[in-house]
Amino acid sequence: MADGSAITAPGIAPVLEQPRTGTLRRLARQRSTLAFLMALPLLAVIGGLVVYPFFYAIELSMLNKRMTRFVGLDNFEFLLGRETFQLVIFQSVLFAVSSVIAKALIGFILAHVLHALPAKGQRKWRGMLLVPWVIPPAVSTLAWWWLFDPSYSAINWMLGIVSVGPIPWLGDAGWARFAVILVNTWYGAPFFMIMYLAALKSVPDQLYEAAAIDGASAWQKLRYVTLPMMRNIISITVLFSLIVTFANFDIVRILTNGGPLDKTHLFGTYAFQLGIQSGDIPLGAAVSLFMFPLLAVFAIFILRGVNQRTKEGL
Amino acid sequence: MIENRFTRRAALLGGAGVTAAGGVLRAPMVHAQGSGGKLALGFWDHWVPAANDAMKAIVNDWAQKNRVDVQLDFITSVGNKLLMTIAAEAQARQGHDILTIPTWYVGGNADKLEPLDDLMGRLVRQNGPVSEADAYLGRIDGTWRAVPATTGSLYLPSAARIDLFKQHVGLDVEAMYPAADRLGPEAANWTWESFLTAAEKCGKAGRYFALPAGTFGDATNWIGAMFACYGANLVDARGNITVRNNDKVRQALDYAMRLFQHLPTEMFAADDATNNRALISGTSALIFNPPSAWAVAKRDAPQVAEQVWHFPSPRGPAGQFVPYNPSYWGIWGFSRNKPQAKALLEHLSQREQVAKLVAASDGYDIPPFATMTDLDTWSLVGPPRGTVYNYPVKPHHQAEPGIACAPAPSGIAVQMYNQGIQAKMIARLVQNKEPLDRVLAWAEREIEGYKRG
Repeated sequence: MADGSAITAPGIAPVLEQPRTGTLRRLARQRSTLAFLMALPLLAVIGGLVVYPFFYAIELSMLNKRMTRFVGLDNFEFLLGRETFQLVIFQSVLFAVSSVIAKALIGFILAHVLHALPAKGQRKWRGMLLVPWVIPPAVSTLAWWWLFDPSYSAINWMLGIVSVGPIPWLGDAGWARFAVILVNTWYGAPFFMIMYLAALKSVPDQLYEAAAIDGASAWQKLRYVTLPMMRNIISITVLFSLIVTFANFDIVRILTNGGPLDKTHLFGTYAFQLGIQSGDIPLGAAVSLFMFPLLAVFAIFILRGVNQRTKEGL
Repeated sequence: MIENRFTRRAALLGGAGVTAAGGVLRAPMVHAQGSGGKLALGFWDHWVPAANDAMKAIVNDWAQKNRVDVQLDFITSVGNKLLMTIAAEAQARQGHDILTIPTWYVGGNADKLEPLDDLMGRLVRQNGPVSEADAYLGRIDGTWRAVPATTGSLYLPSAARIDLFKQHVGLDVEAMYPAADRLGPEAANWTWESFLTAAEKCGKAGRYFALPAGTFGDATNWIGAMFACYGANLVDARGNITVRNNDKVRQALDYAMRLFQHLPTEMFAADDATNNRALISGTSALIFNPPSAWAVAKRDAPQVAEQVWHFPSPRGPAGQFVPYNPSYWGIWGFSRNKPQAKALLEHLSQREQVAKLVAASDGYDIPPFATMTDLDTWSLVGPPRGTVYNYPVKPHHQAEPGIACAPAPSGIAVQMYNQGIQAKMIARLVQNKEPLDRVLAWAEREIEGYKRG
């Protein structure tokens, strides 16, 4: 038994003297108290830097511009009627969904390629492929900005050698959207790769052997063995990445500042522009809170699937 | 043996210190052994390192004489750190006593800033009036809420290549605006129309004018000044939207369409560094910028720097407005030492101190008082000697400092400015090729949203 107590048949004396139940409970209580105390600094940090700001943002979003009057949901209603904000919702969804799909696909492919490599060379490649993810995004995005520079783009210079371009990477709405999605994909794909690689390594070889005996093709092994075994990790990774990508700020801020013509603004950059730069903190808070219901819907669906699969597996 | 242990805890403490101090340079506190109280100052971290040193010396000297304990922080504007500090201190109602407040942010914090009419009254009596532009952003509802600061206030005039203008335009910009209190004969013809002709000629010669048209500050500043020169106000001083049926707005937009035919399309994606790079690399004949681009060229491309001349931006039918970005020093209402804070600001605004600050910044900083635009620094700085003589707007220029989006009430103008509405109107016309009426209708709807109370 988990608590160390023993069950004995009536009339038979216990072989060993068991510790008293009350003491064990007290110990358990002490252990949980100790655990709670040890977790307290973290809880305080989460409370101070996540929970409190969240509720404060809700309060701010319900004030007027001067923050002198409660206006209920007026700020949200106002935003939904604005052309630019409708564009921001569309772009945030486009940016997050496209980036996450691209990252998931690239990560999946890379994980398989790495998994197939001999163990000796695998570590070297794994390290190199993780580099984009470990560089602070503000720094790597600056490097990308130099590659896309409107006047001195290195990419355009290379394209010029083969008589192509120049491409207005950041000056044209379509190209600018492509550029920010590309940079986010470049930055985030290694995270998917490493998660999928870990999942791949945990799939028992016996399953593949059994599938091979049954005459399964490579595609069938992927479809009926690998993917079902990875479904939970794929779901969790996608959810985590969606949350982070929706909240992205630095890539757009550095590359395009939301332009051209607001065609690359995301919730984060638009909230900053309204709240900090334009001095309308309540409206900025309202913009940032729009992410919450969208992400909550994603989270509910994804986590429900994970839970269902976990229960089925038990 | 002395044991030098670097523990995990020490590393964490160090890390926390670095994080807390992110973007802030802290000068040692001046302990003045006195009863003058304490002051915490948050000043803008200057691009020119020597300017911080000059400010530190002036403040320390004042603190010693007045027996005030002073903590001086230099807060960078990189990454909008200064704006975030203002927002955080306004919310928390604690922080520095005096804080640098950039161009647009006095109005939004007016109710939290100490009224400074008494101080401004004394300064104006001593030094003469400040410009309308300074008053537009610093005097809210008739009350001065911040003092126009020398440090961080700047113009964005023409920074043009002497040689390229002579070669491709046939215009001697040095003779047009000489380093003296007079105008050259060509100055009367320095209009936006002649500017367009010059842009065309230089563009054909491959030395285009690098005029950004995105949503960054440099773009908004020069476009705002151009609109002002045509009298093209999108919103009047009472907050009425004046976009539709406004011939002056149409005239300004028509001009912009003609001008952008001679500018590279990449200007719509340009940021505040693009124009600087274009001048420094020698590919551009003109940008609108403070002398910072020239200062970098002096270090990195001296052959370019010695050909750069600064002078006012062109004139239009409604006047000559030179792009201007004033900065302010404000005292928070929650400050516990307002008398000393006011005394320090008064000290910093005296001619002697202003001269030191201007000299330390190589003439980059602009005092708010027209009577102080005769300081020596602007005559001496070079090469070429006198290049920044006409950088500050001087009385003989017969020009005015221009704030983009003025005269709209600052609560509306700050949003128009930060969202670059004038640049977006031009982009819609030029890049998207939208009909003018549709662009005007769009701008009207956008501004309607900015009026939200």
